Amino acid sequence: MNPGLIELKEVAKYYHMGESIVKAVDGMNIKVHDGDFVAIMGSSGSGKSTAMNLVGSLDLATKGDIYLDGINIETLDESDLAQIRGKKIGFIFQQFNLIPNLTAKENVMLPMMFQGVSADDRSSRAEKLLKLVELSDRMDHYPGQLSGGEQQRVAIARALANDPDVILADEPTGNLDTKTGEKVMAFLEDFNKKGKTIIMVTHDPKLAHEHAKIIYQIKDGKVERKLKKVNKKWKPFR
Amino acid sequence: MIKDYIILAFRNLKRRGLRSYLTLLGIFIGIAVVVALIGLGDGLRMAVNSQFGVSTTQVLTVQAGGLSGYGLPGTGVVNSLTKDDVTAIEKISGVEIAIPRNIETVKVEFNKKLIVGYAASLPKGEDREAIYETLDLTIQYGQNLKDSDTFMVVLGNDFSQKEKSGFDKAVKVGDKLIIQGKEFRVAGMMEKKGSFILDRVILMDEDELRSITTNDENVDIIAVKVRNKDDIEKVKSDIENLLRERRNVKKGEEDFQVSTPQAMLTTVNQVLLGVQIFIVIIALISIIVGAIGIVNTMTTSVLERKKEIGIMKAIGARNSDIFLQFLIEAGLLGLLGGFLGIIFGSLISYLGVNGINSFIGSTIRPKIDFMLIGFSLLGSFLVGAVSGLTPAMRAARLRPVEVLRQ
Repeated sequence: MNPGLIELKEVAKYYHMGESIVKAVDGMNIKVHDGDFVAIMGSSGSGKSTAMNLVGSLDLATKGDIYLDGINIETLDESDLAQIRGKKIGFIFQQFNLIPNLTAKENVMLPMMFQGVSADDRSSRAEKLLKLVELSDRMDHYPGQLSGGEQQRVAIARALANDPDVILADEPTGNLDTKTGEKVMAFLEDFNKKGKTIIMVTHDPKLAHEHAKIIYQIKDGKVERKLKKVNKKWKPFR
Repeated sequence: MIKDYIILAFRNLKRRGLRSYLTLLGIFIGIAVVVALIGLGDGLRMAVNSQFGVSTTQVLTVQAGGLSGYGLPGTGVVNSLTKDDVTAIEKISGVEIAIPRNIETVKVEFNKKLIVGYAASLPKGEDREAIYETLDLTIQYGQNLKDSDTFMVVLGNDFSQKEKSGFDKAVKVGDKLIIQGKEFRVAGMMEKKGSFILDRVILMDEDELRSITTNDENVDIIAVKVRNKDDIEKVKSDIENLLRERRNVKKGEEDFQVSTPQAMLTTVNQVLLGVQIFIVIIALISIIVGAIGIVNTMTTSVLERKKEIGIMKAIGARNSDIFLQFLIEAGLLGLLGGFLGIIFGSLISYLGVNGINSFIGSTIRPKIDFMLIGFSLLGSFLVGAVSGLTPAMRAARLRPVEVLRQ
């Protein structure tokens, strides 16, 4: 069977809250293939944020295995994992999470710096990416000088900096108005058409149904339902 | 790569603005004090050394009554040295010449003004040359006294300046001075020596000096030139033995003193060194306080920037990237403090040395010590970096998910 780009096998994540143990994720199986547009959907408290951290290999599982490009991330040390993550996955956060004292362009250049890309290449690629998200005229602005939609587009450009296989978007439209949100989603769909794998975490069924091709519905730390869009119709799959 | 970190670090320091400056205050003060002190100390030492007007290490000074803090050397002493002492000293092996010298307080009149100055005697013949040589006297205007000159004087440099002469008028070669009621003509004036002793001296023939003062056979100072400068300590103890015998005093109860210029300087320098060490300790305390300030600021900064650290890790920063980032930032804080400290300290030392110069009339030039600057910069960077070590390690160990969740 074709190994997934990202695969969670019987993954569990427990948190200790004083005496009690919170089972944020408990026995979750997710498999993401190259070129997918996956939505991880669930209400707050369902464990979807924890799931996103695990999928993005930002966190290690308490039980089970997480594979990134066929490698069990458990076997990597933190720095190697950071390197692979920086190369393979581009993150888009709900809060944009740009570095406030760097300009838009410098923010986009940052992930490339951690991969050891030369300053000249970083600069020209950042300019190209900002042009792609239609922010050529905002390159030297600081995040504080940009609107929410503009900041999220900078974040998208940053996510694309190292030409990752996967873009992981956590509520990408959560802090945006409908119109700007649609614009951001249009970018994501466009990238997906160009071959990038998109994983989107959202609480919004409408957003998931409208844009994604596969939906993992999360409840109580488990995958409750797996749906796949076939001929514009959602069908469960195994 | 390092360059990028430095740029980033500068941005972060700038972002914290006033807080950054307050943090580097401790390092700044410490380094400023050290730099100022070393510059000033060197200047002060040179100034003190030049006050003794010593250019040769081959000359011993013998005087009665021990080192007196006040008045002219050898004056006011009950049991004075005599010409016979001079003859006896000259017979000691290793002594090239022993020159008796008198220094007397004299009344000097010029431009209808009367001042009290002091006159020092010059011996005749070869001895005179030896005195010129040992004191390293150079004539700026006119010429040196010759044996054939009668009632002529050579003056220290202060007299050639209107403000410093004491007469409200500069004295020139050929001018006439009334010294102790007797008329003398100025034969020459010396170059500035930067020594209050030598710049105000009136040099005249020993017999003429004796004739205008009440002094008879007494000798105030005996300048002894040794043949070989390595023998100076041996000659010194020989002279001491001789004088003990002649003056009938026991060891430890001497009513005279034989001093080498080096010994005088050593005493002064030891005192200066003591003061310097004391202030350097204070400066070190300031640097330690500064280092604690950096630890504090960096720790706070790590806490404040937890989220930023998380973001950087999420987008591919390794632990070492984060560690380096914070370490360089702390090092730069120290370096910046050191840099400003060096500028400020150099300024203080420059102004201080100029102050010394104008106060005692010396001509010391402030010294720029590149070694000192280099070590100060390196040292302050290291202090900063070492202070930043723990906070940087804390930052590097943060897990991205823990900080992103906030």
